[in-house]
Amino acid sequence: MRLIAAFFIGGLFGVGLLISGMTDTRKVIGWLDIFGDWDPTLAFVMGGAIIPMAIAWQIAARRAAPALGGTFPSPPEPRLGRNLVLGSVLFGMGWGLAGLCPGPAIASITWGGTGGAVFLVAMILGMVAAPPLKRSLQGRQTA
Amino acid sequence: MLQDWIFGLIGGAMIGIAAAAYLLINGRIMGASGIIGTLVDRSAPENGAERLAFLTGLVLIPGAVALATGTAQTHLTGNFALIAVAGLLVGLGTRIANGCTSGHGVCGISRLSLRGIVATVFYIGAGGLTVVVFRHMLGWV
Repeated sequence: MRLIAAFFIGGLFGVGLLISGMTDTRKVIGWLDIFGDWDPTLAFVMGGAIIPMAIAWQIAARRAAPALGGTFPSPPEPRLGRNLVLGSVLFGMGWGLAGLCPGPAIASITWGGTGGAVFLVAMILGMVAAPPLKRSLQGRQTA
Repeated sequence: MLQDWIFGLIGGAMIGIAAAAYLLINGRIMGASGIIGTLVDRSAPENGAERLAFLTGLVLIPGAVALATGTAQTHLTGNFALIAVAGLLVGLGTRIANGCTSGHGVCGISRLSLRGIVATVFYIGAGGLTVVVFRHMLGWV
């Protein structure tokens, strides 16, 4: 049951990414192009997504457990830390260069052609390389 | 333009409803980079099947919609070296920061998580600066 739910939720997420324009790198780069020909579409996407999710957090706060059991996620970690900023800057640079973030990169793989495949493989390599890099960064921080 | 905004709003609502359902039904935060990242680096072996099911739906269902409409296009640059560097940065960055547009952006901001807000400010800021440098100054993108 959890698997079926996850499958269809992933699908709904993907169709949302497609319809909203998040899988279209021209729209994404247009949104990031604040000093050029700025395209505000992504603000509508973010707004449209944040409102239902904010309601969901309110509902979750009043419930003991998720519908299929288990527990709700713990409250957000208050500490910011260097990794959050460093990682977000690196991510933003990659997002600005190609116009794809992780969700749309996966959702568009069937129609993204060779470029889409190159992006996904490189992204996965980066994800595999991240934990050891993170450990060495933290090691230097505490040393 | 107006039509783009309406599609943005509708698609955005679908993203938000998906995130809401993943929280209220499965009890999980719908963060794309965490879902794929913990699967490929094998850092969280429990619930791997659930994440794999999510990713399978994420590939197949929009893939079927795109096939049916025949209009989906990523308009990705033809410069594969640039794409590879970008992909590497996105993979590294989202895992170091522990989240991307869906996790920090949608799920974090909606519960007023300071980490989510700070991350979003930095990745949009860095993305904006990158477009300025690489599109307007260097003309690469």
